Amino acid sequence: MTTPILRLENVKKSFGQKHVLKGVDLEVQRGESLVVLGGSGSGKSVMLKNALGLMTPNDGKIFFDGEDVTKSTGKTRAKMRERIGMLFQSGALFDSLTVWENVSFRLLQADRMRRKDAKERAIETLKKVRLGPDVADLYPAEISGGMQKRVSLARSIISKPDLIFFDEPTTGLDPITADAINDLIIEQVRSLGAAAVSITHDMASARKIANNIAMLYEGKIIWHGPADIIDNSGNDYVDQFVHGRADGPIQPAI
Amino acid sequence: MNYSQGSEIVSNATTAKRGFPNPLQWIGAASLGLFSEVGRLFVFFLKVMATAFTPRWYLAQVWKQMVNIGFYSLPVVGLSAVFIGAALALNIYEGGSRYGAEQFVPSIVVLGITRELGATITGLMLAGRVSAGISAEIGAMRVTEQIDALETLSASPFRYLYAPRFLAAIIALPLLVLVADIIGIMGGWLVSVYALDFDSTTYIRNTMDFLTNNDVIVGLIKAVVFGAVIATMGCYQGDRSEAGATGVGRAATLAMVGAAVLVLATNYIMSTLFVEIGL
Repeated sequence: MTTPILRLENVKKSFGQKHVLKGVDLEVQRGESLVVLGGSGSGKSVMLKNALGLMTPNDGKIFFDGEDVTKSTGKTRAKMRERIGMLFQSGALFDSLTVWENVSFRLLQADRMRRKDAKERAIETLKKVRLGPDVADLYPAEISGGMQKRVSLARSIISKPDLIFFDEPTTGLDPITADAINDLIIEQVRSLGAAAVSITHDMASARKIANNIAMLYEGKIIWHGPADIIDNSGNDYVDQFVHGRADGPIQPAI
Repeated sequence: MNYSQGSEIVSNATTAKRGFPNPLQWIGAASLGLFSEVGRLFVFFLKVMATAFTPRWYLAQVWKQMVNIGFYSLPVVGLSAVFIGAALALNIYEGGSRYGAEQFVPSIVVLGITRELGATITGLMLAGRVSAGISAEIGAMRVTEQIDALETLSASPFRYLYAPRFLAAIIALPLLVLVADIIGIMGGWLVSVYALDFDSTTYIRNTMDFLTNNDVIVGLIKAVVFGAVIATMGCYQGDRSEAGATGVGRAATLAMVGAAVLVLATNYIMSTLFVEIGL
């Protein structure tokens, strides 16, 4: 069996007395598109930030391409991040930079590419997410929410990563734009041959982009299996979530 | 780095008996909170210093911040300095005239402005304009995940955001203080000549005769320290900003108040030190 691109082993994370992750075990294979489902406040974003190295787990291990990166710093962490793309829930575009500077940020700052070449690469990548060169010189505040998501997607794929994280990629978008973003995610992940980990509570998005689905509940992965059996998972928690019922073992977060 | 641990200890201690806090417990929790805050701020300051004085430098960012901190602060610093200089001359004239010592107005104005007020007024005005501004900007970046995005794109927020602001502040503040000194002395001259009937040439000659290089140097050294304080407080509070408009607003307020108090405190410490060493 090949080495998974990402492996989380008994990852625990607490904030004071609040235990958010209580031992998460997860594996992502190369080329796999894994969607992690979970309700609001279930710890999906915390899990993702731990995997990315933006937070350090209290316990457990994180392996990237077979290497233990749980507490890595400096060049090891920089090397790992060169191979990872990330699309943030809010887009997280830098307000003070133009669209093309946002897209080619890594090329300009980490790879020190010439601005002219970086702009060409940015425009090429913007084309892949169906944005024309006319938006390249605009600022994030001058484009719509859907366009901002596309720009953020372009930024996450420009350095041809091996693993891309998507944090609620369709949140806040209308169904048509959300579907277009899902199509772009599938298209780009396939063309790069990258693995993808998406966290969402949007079932339409999950069904469309996932090969495999995992469900996070109360800080643990309670179910993990192929996307096509999600409707017959045999797990009451997953059933309730998938069908969006208020009645069931999961208490609504209100 | 987890900056929230200290406040959690305090929060747990203070809420142990909600409604009726034990006074000793409250004092203990407040002391713990103070020490942990000072410790976190100091560690943050050391990290900013370490990144500011070692490569790699983002020079375009430093230049951009110098324009923001230095150039755009000129009007507020100039206006403050002219009024402070003018008021200082009036008060010294009023006090001096009780003992027939009105002729000391030019010398006391120049000494007060260069050694004390030029730097302090600039520091206080920039604590409001710059420290709060930096904090609000970085706080907004923190809550909209832009700082997380920077890290995932292999750019350290300390190198890309904080160090350029720190460097720009310690370069721009001395330049602003020089401007404040000149305009402040000019404010004193204006009032003295046009309201108090001083002879212009004599006033200027007395000013120049009394002024020493050390007086100017003292103000400039203070300016460098104030620049460090203002930038560090702005970046620190912004970095710790909590989510939402309230969180960012609170961070800006804390940055401004903290920077202003630290400007006055470090000013007193430095003034004492300079007097002791005869500078």
